[in-house]
This record gives sequence, C-alpha cells and structure tokens, in this order.
Amino acid sequence: MHSTRPFEPKNGFVKWFDRQLPLFSVLHGALVTYPTPKNLNYWWSFGSLAGLMLGVQIITGIILAMHYTPHTSMAFASVEHIMRDVNYGWLLRYVHSNGASFFFIVVYIHIFRGLYYGSYKAPRELLWMLGLVIYLLMMATAFMGYVLPWGQMSFWGATVITNLFSAIPFIGSDLVTLLWGGFSVDNPTLNRFFSLHYLLPFVIAAVAILHVWALHIPGSNNPLGIDVKGPQDQIDFHPYHTAKDAFMVSLLLLCFFAVVFFAPNTLGHPDNYIQADPLVTPPHIVPEWYYLPFYAILRSIPDKLMGVIAMFSAILILFALPWLDKSKVRSGTFRPLFKQFFWLLVVCVIVLGVVGAKPAEGIWLIVGRIATAYYFFHFLILLPILSRVEKTRPLPESISQAVLAKHA
Amino acid sequence: MSTTDSKSDHHGDGVKRRDFLFVAAGGFGVVGAAAAVWPLIDNLNPSADVLALSTIEVDISKVQVGQSIRVKWRGKPVFIRHRTEDEVAKAKAVDIAELPDPQTDAERTKPGHEAWLVMVGVCTHLGCIPLGEQGEFGGWFCPCHGSDYDTSGRIRKGPAPRNLEVPAYTFLDDTRVRIG
Repeated sequence: MHSTRPFEPKNGFVKWFDRQLPLFSVLHGALVTYPTPKNLNYWWSFGSLAGLMLGVQIITGIILAMHYTPHTSMAFASVEHIMRDVNYGWLLRYVHSNGASFFFIVVYIHIFRGLYYGSYKAPRELLWMLGLVIYLLMMATAFMGYVLPWGQMSFWGATVITNLFSAIPFIGSDLVTLLWGGFSVDNPTLNRFFSLHYLLPFVIAAVAILHVWALHIPGSNNPLGIDVKGPQDQIDFHPYHTAKDAFMVSLLLLCFFAVVFFAPNTLGHPDNYIQADPLVTPPHIVPEWYYLPFYAILRSIPDKLMGVIAMFSAILILFALPWLDKSKVRSGTFRPLFKQFFWLLVVCVIVLGVVGAKPAEGIWLIVGRIATAYYFFHFLILLPILSRVEKTRPLPESISQAVLAKHA
Repeated sequence: MSTTDSKSDHHGDGVKRRDFLFVAAGGFGVVGAAAAVWPLIDNLNPSADVLALSTIEVDISKVQVGQSIRVKWRGKPVFIRHRTEDEVAKAKAVDIAELPDPQTDAERTKPGHEAWLVMVGVCTHLGCIPLGEQGEFGGWFCPCHGSDYDTSGRIRKGPAPRNLEVPAYTFLDDTRVRIG
C-alpha cells in the first residue's frame, strides 16, 4: 500500500540526490508514511524484531569471522581463542550463538501470528511464501554455523543431517560425498560450510527486502483480518509503529541480554565444548532446539526415506497453506473452531519439540507419532474441511468502527 | 520482421528458417552453460589428496579372540573384530529370510578367515558410530536412533535400512589386512 502523501525534502542535497535516485523517497514511504491499519497489536512488532536480529547476527558474524580459523585442526582452538583472548570475544560469540536462538524465537512467534490471523491468505500468498523461503535459509545458515566451532555436536550434527540426503534413491550416497567433499565430514566440509555460512545471511537480507516489498503492496494484515476501507482505518508507520516497535525492541533486548550475560550456555549443548572426534559418537545426539519438532517427525517414521520425506514435507506443506485453508475470513478471532485447533497445533508443535529432545523409545516414540499424525492431519485434512463447514462470527463493518466500538 | 520476410520463410508447415537458428543457438548456449557449470560442481567432490588416502594396511596380529580394534579409513572408523566361536556360530545360525537386508555370514567374511569381521563402523541410518558388544543381538547398537546389528554386523532392528558396510579388503597374509 503506497503512501498517499508525497515526499517533500527541504534539504538541497537530499532533493538533488532523490531526483536522480529516489532512495530517500522509497525509505520515507516505507518507514515514515507507510500507512498501517490502526488496530495492529504487539504481535505485529515481530517482523521488525526479526529484522533487528538479522542485523545483530550479520554484524557479530562478520567480526567473529575475523578471528576464526576454518580448519579442522584449528577451528576448535580458534573459538576458544575468541572466548579467552580476543577483546570482548566472549561477548561477540555469546551474542552470536544466542542471537541465532532469539532470531528463531522471534521468527516462530512471527510465523504463528501469521497462522492465527490468516496473514497467508490472498492477497498475501507471495508474502507468506517469501517468508517461508527466509525460514528455510535461516535453518540452513544456522545448521552450518553450528558446525563451525568443530565440537562433538557440530561434527555429529553435521554427519546426521548430511546423511539425510543418503536416503534419496540411486544418487543419495554420491550426493552425500559431493556435499562432504570426501568420504566423511572433514576439512573440505568445514571450509565450504564456512563459506556458505558467510554467504547465506546476505541472501536472507535480500529475500527479506523482497518480503517487505511484497508486504507494502497490499499493506499489513490486521487482527480483525478485514480490508482497510480508507484513511480513517489507518495511521502512519512513524511515529506510531516506530514507537511501538522501539518498546518491543527494548523488551527483546532485555530478555536477550539476560540470557547472554547470565545463562549463555543454557540453549547450547555441553558436548560441543569437546573437540570433534570422528571415531566417537556422543551417546545422545540432539540438534539445536529450533530444529527439534522436525527432528521428532523424522524419528517418528520407522522408514529412513519416508522419515526424511515427512520431515521436509512438514515445512513444504506450509507453502500450500494459502490454498489448503480456503476460508474467506482471515482472522482466527472470528473462527471459533479454527481458533481452538490453532492452539492445538501450537501444543502439537511444542510437544514435537519436547519429543525431539528425548531418546526415540518407549512412550516418547508413541507421543511423537501421535503429534506427527496430528501435524499433517491439521494442515491436509482439518483446514480444508474446516474452511468449508465452519460457521464464522460476523465481521465488523470496518477497522475504524470496531476500534471506536471497543473504546466507546 | 516484415511481412514479405515471414512469407518467404514459410515452408507450408509453419516452421521458419529462423526457428532453426533459435533452436540451434539456444541449444548451443545450454550445452555451453552446462559445460561451464560442471567445474563449479565437480570441485566439491573429493580432491586428489583425499582420494590418495583411500588404502591402508593394518597389522592384526595382536588382536585376540573376542577383541576388536578400530582404525580410521577415509575419515571413518573401520571395525576389525576377532569374533569368538560362539559369535560366529550365532551369526551363521540366523535364518537369512528373516533379515531386512539378507546376507549370509559367509558373504560378509573372507574364506579361511571366518573369525574376522571387517566393516565400516558407520550406522547405515544417519551415520553415527554404533557401540560394540551391545544390543539385543550381541553385536552393535547405534545410540542415535536405536538400530540393532547382530554379530555379523547385519541390521536386525531399528530404522537403519542396510547391514554395516563391508569395505573392499584383502588378507595380505594371516596378520596383515589391506583395506580399500
């Protein structure tokens, strides 16, 4: 949604620059006069927060790369060098490693906000799918970043994840050799992971720009899920949302630095402080917490190839979501049944996460299988049926009317 | 393109001479691009120095009955186990029809050296290293996802699809093995 008010700079330089390249107009339109629905709640701040975390990761990452050595014989020691010798190296590394976790926390909240309020529905399908592309890139980037310290979890995580590709019929094992650049995870693997771990965040930044661009064409969805009818439904991004986002930024940083300063290793695994040993597998391998639900899906299927297919499908299915959920009503607020099943899905994903952290046996295997079944049932069967049979509650006339009624 | 041109290019079947040029030029471009892309992909494959480390010789004279050693080959562990008579007998007694990846014990060992089991110690599921003399079948047990191998290294239970891989190896004499 383009701003209706033109950009009129007073500064001579800005005027001259903008005539030749309208950079200032574009930024002004996107960050100052971008018209947003006036009823956005705090859940809408998580897009900005995700952008902030990407920036934090890129800046700390570039600096860490100046002190890190991507070689199997030196990587582990160079990380300890960063921790002990480099000025503020401990801070930069803890911000970067915990920053990955907080980036995922923010993005998961952002995704579930989109799921609840139907932000994936027309006319925002492409916006949703670009977001999923960012999410996939984040997973790849985080995975390769976790390999770089060359601890036991780095090595065995890399081994298990790359071996997923060996499940592909016929070409699987050749493909894995190609990924490794050898016959096991070794120095060539570490080198290429470092190269790609440096590259992908910039790809994420580029797709994030497309994501914001695709957002600004239809404009933001809102908690009521109804279209904007006119200027009376809208407010400018600045100062209203810059202020609101700034408040959320301070909350996020409060939580983030509480972890960075007081519990920097809580989200990590102690085995990663043991240098990688290709001849000894740790007794219990777990991926980083943000992969656990998918890891649980992988392990709940007894067949190797089917397990891998199920795991990747669990993410790819989200690309089809705009066409699986055909309900014309976007917001879960007006869908009494959808709302309950949404929370069941949230519980299901958390349960999968817990199961993914436990050994694949006994009760955990059964719970994992039930949760996996529900996950696919929710998207493939429940949502298409629900969008046909559900009786939705009446929608308000307009955003402005609903807001005024609430505060009358 | 003028109308006279397109008329003269027609041969009654709707195909123009220019179409041939488009296809030929396009095809040439695709082949050229594919040829240029190949070095960009193949450089990711194992390099000559990695391939050069593909053969090792191991002295097994000190490995007593019931002992195993682990050697590194191509960056992976290779298990060399001097099996007890009981283990060999158990491995031979299995009805191969009930195995997920049917193989006789004889197919996994060398004639005259049946007590020796040489195999890549990497779980065929997702590449973890199984622990020896454990699990329900007295063979190997993978702690990662619970695959159970018997005393011949054959998969018996769990998510792994295949038996532990037996690499190409030869007995140079009774105390030396060449792997690779």
